[in-house]
Amino acid sequence: MTDLAYLALITAMVTAATPLVLGALGELLCERAGVLNLGIEGTMYAGAFVGFLVAGNAGSPWTGLAAAVGIGVLAGLLVAFLTVTFGVNQHVAGIGTTLLLIASCDFANRLLYGAGTVPQVPKFPLLFPDVPVAGQYLLTYITFLLVVPAVFLTLRSTGFGLQLRAVGENPEAADAAGISVARTRYAALVIGGVLMAVGGAFLSLAILGSFTLNITNGRGWVCVALVIFARWRVVPAVLGGLLFAFVEALQLQLVITPAFAAVPREVMIALPYLVVILALALSGRNLRYPGAYLQPYRHT
Amino acid sequence: MASLMPRLALRGREPRWLAPVLVMIAIAAVFALTAGPIRAAGANPPAAYQRYLLTPLTGTESLTEVLLAATPILFTGLAVALAFRAGYFNIGAEGQFLAGAVAASVAGLYLSDLPGPAAVPLALVLGCLGGVVWGLVPALLRVRFGIDEVVTTLLLNPVAFLLVQGLLNGPWSNPTSGFPVSDNYGAGYTLPMAIPGSRVHLGLVIAVVLAAVTWLVMSRTATGLRVRAVGLSPSAAAFSGVAVRRLQFRAALLSGAVAGLGGAVQVLGVGQQLTTQVSGGYGYTGIVVATLGALTAIGVVLVALLLGVITVGAQNASLVLQLPPQMGQIISSALLLAVVSALVLRQYKLVRPRAGGAP
Repeated sequence: MTDLAYLALITAMVTAATPLVLGALGELLCERAGVLNLGIEGTMYAGAFVGFLVAGNAGSPWTGLAAAVGIGVLAGLLVAFLTVTFGVNQHVAGIGTTLLLIASCDFANRLLYGAGTVPQVPKFPLLFPDVPVAGQYLLTYITFLLVVPAVFLTLRSTGFGLQLRAVGENPEAADAAGISVARTRYAALVIGGVLMAVGGAFLSLAILGSFTLNITNGRGWVCVALVIFARWRVVPAVLGGLLFAFVEALQLQLVITPAFAAVPREVMIALPYLVVILALALSGRNLRYPGAYLQPYRHT
Repeated sequence: MASLMPRLALRGREPRWLAPVLVMIAIAAVFALTAGPIRAAGANPPAAYQRYLLTPLTGTESLTEVLLAATPILFTGLAVALAFRAGYFNIGAEGQFLAGAVAASVAGLYLSDLPGPAAVPLALVLGCLGGVVWGLVPALLRVRFGIDEVVTTLLLNPVAFLLVQGLLNGPWSNPTSGFPVSDNYGAGYTLPMAIPGSRVHLGLVIAVVLAAVTWLVMSRTATGLRVRAVGLSPSAAAFSGVAVRRLQFRAALLSGAVAGLGGAVQVLGVGQQLTTQVSGGYGYTGIVVATLGALTAIGVVLVALLLGVITVGAQNASLVLQLPPQMGQIISSALLLAVVSALVLRQYKLVRPRAGGAP
């Protein structure tokens, strides 16, 4: 490969990592608060669809992004209502939310566009399109330069971050210290939902400028894996997102490399998923989960 | 915010009428919530619900279609229930179902001359093996290294779909068809019909027998008791001498085998070829079926039939009322969330926050 190809690879990696980093940080916030949010796949999907839909109608990707934030809040509230207020089994609540959101989006999509193709919508422009590596979407800059440090610092050094970790580790003690477990978990799930939905909207509003069925294609599940891989820490989660995105970008690069022409495209696409499982297998032993992981809490 | 919301407090004892009433409330809530989208699609909600729930029951042909629609989700529902019962959260029935369909297709495409009495059992056994293989890595990672099976089984679902897609675009592509479908299997690879004159195939009988055996084992044998004990409290089960990990490992593989068998049954029973549409979410629907069926064999059968009714109703509503068929999935997933939430109120009651706030 030439130097130029390496630079293209890195550029593609950073772009592809953006939705994964957003989703993984969203999931990380939920899990640090003690809630496994398997609604992530559906929340990303809904963010992608609603962002696309509203951007097309309003003529601006920013309006679409705002709508995606809105659907992220709603998805977070739904999961919170189920898992915090009702204390429903978190696996069931999350999978149910994902199924409901995906079915609702596909229903609306079919209703509005029939079985035919969907339109192109206004998408975010590339910043510095001619500069290698720096040629990224604004959302990518926001993600890496604002969201990542904000989540890191919030968790580490703010009162809210401490409360969030406390309700995820030991809700009884947090409660005794006067922290509302329910309110803190609601907040974590809503913020997490917003990050996931924005990650999904990045796929439709930045990368594609349109929507396709199955647009997230399991990226939400990848984010859940990244959080475990990262042992619930922010920086490793970001690095894990970059690793997955690197394999994804490499795969896109290899598809157009003559030496790999014989390898089926699907094998290449499956590669990143297998790499994540391998990474989990190698690094996921002897984990210490958040203390209140999967545990509902009732104030008595 | 939270202090203003009603919260849940433990109930003393559960009145007998409570659970049915709560389920009815949950169903009413689902109707109320889906009325908006149905109206937005230009249909009249009561007429649509009639299509979804009653029309499929009114004719012999549509009744048999209900049985046909219930068959694959009977398999995935049983598969999920088996694993969940043992405390193994297999969310990979989708991938295992697809792997079973692929494995059965290997026989159907490469040993196409086999006669029916040999072909069908071979393909079904291969289907089971396909599901086991697909479930093996997550199960091993879980029992050997304690790696969460939820995410590994989930991640293998898109991989299984890519496997199907890759085979259909590559070695198994069918140049005469414009679609990603395989050739037809040999003539021996057709499941016999279970109800003459309908499309209901032997797969339904296999599923029902499987459900009966599951019920028998779970409720009448020591193995069933052990499985239930592990699911309820692994530590207590281990303390009383149950080999928890070995049992969960076996449950995981059995779950994969049942899901894979479902995939094989589906391709041999309907169409006799592999397509990318062969599952379309049956594995995920299996989670709905298993959970709403309270992880019991009888519950799985009843809920699979109910969702079969809704599926046929959704196809019907799509043709007659132009309601997108995805409404069927919206109803089933909303039903799942509403019912599991409502049933929490069996043990807890809603209490208003007291004036003056805490506690």
